[in-house]
Amino acid sequence: MNEYDVIVIGGGSAGIAAAVECYKNGCEKVIILERDKELGGILLQCIHNGFGLHMFQEELSGPAYAQRWIEELGKYEIAYKVNTMVTHVNVDAHIAEDAAKAKSEADKIVEYVNQAEGYVRIRGKAVILAMGCRERTRGAIGIPGYRPSGIWSAGTAQRYLNMEGYMVGKRIFILGSGDIGLIMARRMTLEGARVLGVAELMPYSNGLSRNIKQCLEDFDIPLYLSHTVTKILGKDRVSGIELSEVDDNMQPIPGTEIYFEADTLLLSVGLIPENNLSEEAGVILHPKTGGAVVDEAKQTNIPGIFACGNVLHVHDLVDFVSKEGQEAGRNAARYLRGELKSEKGFVTKAGSGIGYVMPQKVNADNMEETVEFMFRVSQPCQNVSVSVYRGDTCIKKVNKRVLLPAEMEKVKLDKTLLQSAEGDLEIRIESRGVIG
Amino acid sequence: MKEDKINEKKANEKKTNQKKELICIVCPIGCHIEAELDPEGNILSLSGNSCGRGAVYAKAELTNPVRVLTSTVKITDGLYRRLPVITSQAIPKDRIFDVMKEINKVQVCAPVKINDIVIGDVCGLGVDIISSRSMESVNP
Repeated sequence: MNEYDVIVIGGGSAGIAAAVECYKNGCEKVIILERDKELGGILLQCIHNGFGLHMFQEELSGPAYAQRWIEELGKYEIAYKVNTMVTHVNVDAHIAEDAAKAKSEADKIVEYVNQAEGYVRIRGKAVILAMGCRERTRGAIGIPGYRPSGIWSAGTAQRYLNMEGYMVGKRIFILGSGDIGLIMARRMTLEGARVLGVAELMPYSNGLSRNIKQCLEDFDIPLYLSHTVTKILGKDRVSGIELSEVDDNMQPIPGTEIYFEADTLLLSVGLIPENNLSEEAGVILHPKTGGAVVDEAKQTNIPGIFACGNVLHVHDLVDFVSKEGQEAGRNAARYLRGELKSEKGFVTKAGSGIGYVMPQKVNADNMEETVEFMFRVSQPCQNVSVSVYRGDTCIKKVNKRVLLPAEMEKVKLDKTLLQSAEGDLEIRIESRGVIG
Repeated sequence: MKEDKINEKKANEKKTNQKKELICIVCPIGCHIEAELDPEGNILSLSGNSCGRGAVYAKAELTNPVRVLTSTVKITDGLYRRLPVITSQAIPKDRIFDVMKEINKVQVCAPVKINDIVIGDVCGLGVDIISSRSMESVNP
């Protein structure tokens, strides 16, 4: 069986950055396993620009950003396999006298298949999960009606259009105002389709403000907030959709139906971290993020298994995915050197107004000089402060003008500040002026 | 007659200072910028931008709005059937569809290198359409 220091599952932006960082930190045998026909992941179909502002201080298209990283990867002796599907990840169960040691240092067995080699098992001291996410589908939101052709998840339509060269329709309606939906509204319009509208169940958009502006307003595409698709018409092919306004409980209001003569419905209704492999391996998932529960080293509950990028929690910006990949890679190298301990620590909690906090726990012994916490608010808010507590002590307060669920927020805390109080860490949204 | 009325209406609207709210699209932060304009449309003040690039954007957006355009062109012998392309600089917003027409006429053959010029000086705008990735030939 081939043996590696680190096996990275997924060759998108998180996986590439993780592999590079492992190598730079002294791991000599690193391999990336990628199921698509080349490295780069979802960036390859995201042909719009705006990537890399934080990482390279430039605005690049998705493919150009991916290429930067693929070229960086090429500078090092890092192995990778494409067209390779990982089927199982397991912790090597056989082992050793010392049970605790066996648990914290057990190798991982990764099984994959590809056309050239067939079914293969390899052994790794550490595994980095970087499988990204999948789109939610019609099934997940339960729209009634027939099942005609012409219903697509927006990302699938994007791949068809931008890489394979197929238009999925001519008169398009888009449900969901996430970034992919907005980007596709512009893209389909540019390619000659008529985009009749974009509907959003919530009273606010889930996309970045700049995408509302340059993808919808620039092309006079109407945005229907607090609306949802209540019926799909057409038997063989979509012939129209029925849109209804929803009330405060997000239930359709009878009598508000509007019909659109559309031949295609694109769904941009959320992303789900793709964690089938992780779950099977015994990785504990967080109910809110759908990704692994991790500590500040991005290590899961299984020692030596790390997670980063969209498989950990869905990001808005690829720059932060790459950065998270680097952190996972650096910490996998620390793990191999025996530097990660997990005796004492504290958990992090999402307080009022906060959807989730990542990482979900912090190991006091492993902390680097600063620890960064990422979070999303659960609803839009204005003129508030983000307060960080340990126990009852407020250790940090940052004022914010606008906070949106669509936009991930971060707070970076010094180790000394984190050590200045005891107890669980909680992030809360508080109205300005309230003293913690 | 009708046009005169519109012009008259516009003239009336312009008599007082006006405020315009913009969402900055320079980077994903998406600052809400408020601009105060005099009756001639000159910018009196800007607020809400968190960097200098926001001010530059707001001025351009109110006078001559421009956009970076990305699309694809047909490619033969490549790993995929489409090659992503991008304008080398931002182009005037109202020329986007003219440029799309030119982009849709083009077909290239792999191999292509990133930043290769696919269309030079598109529509006489002084801007090139360039490849936004490299693509090897799959027919050796």
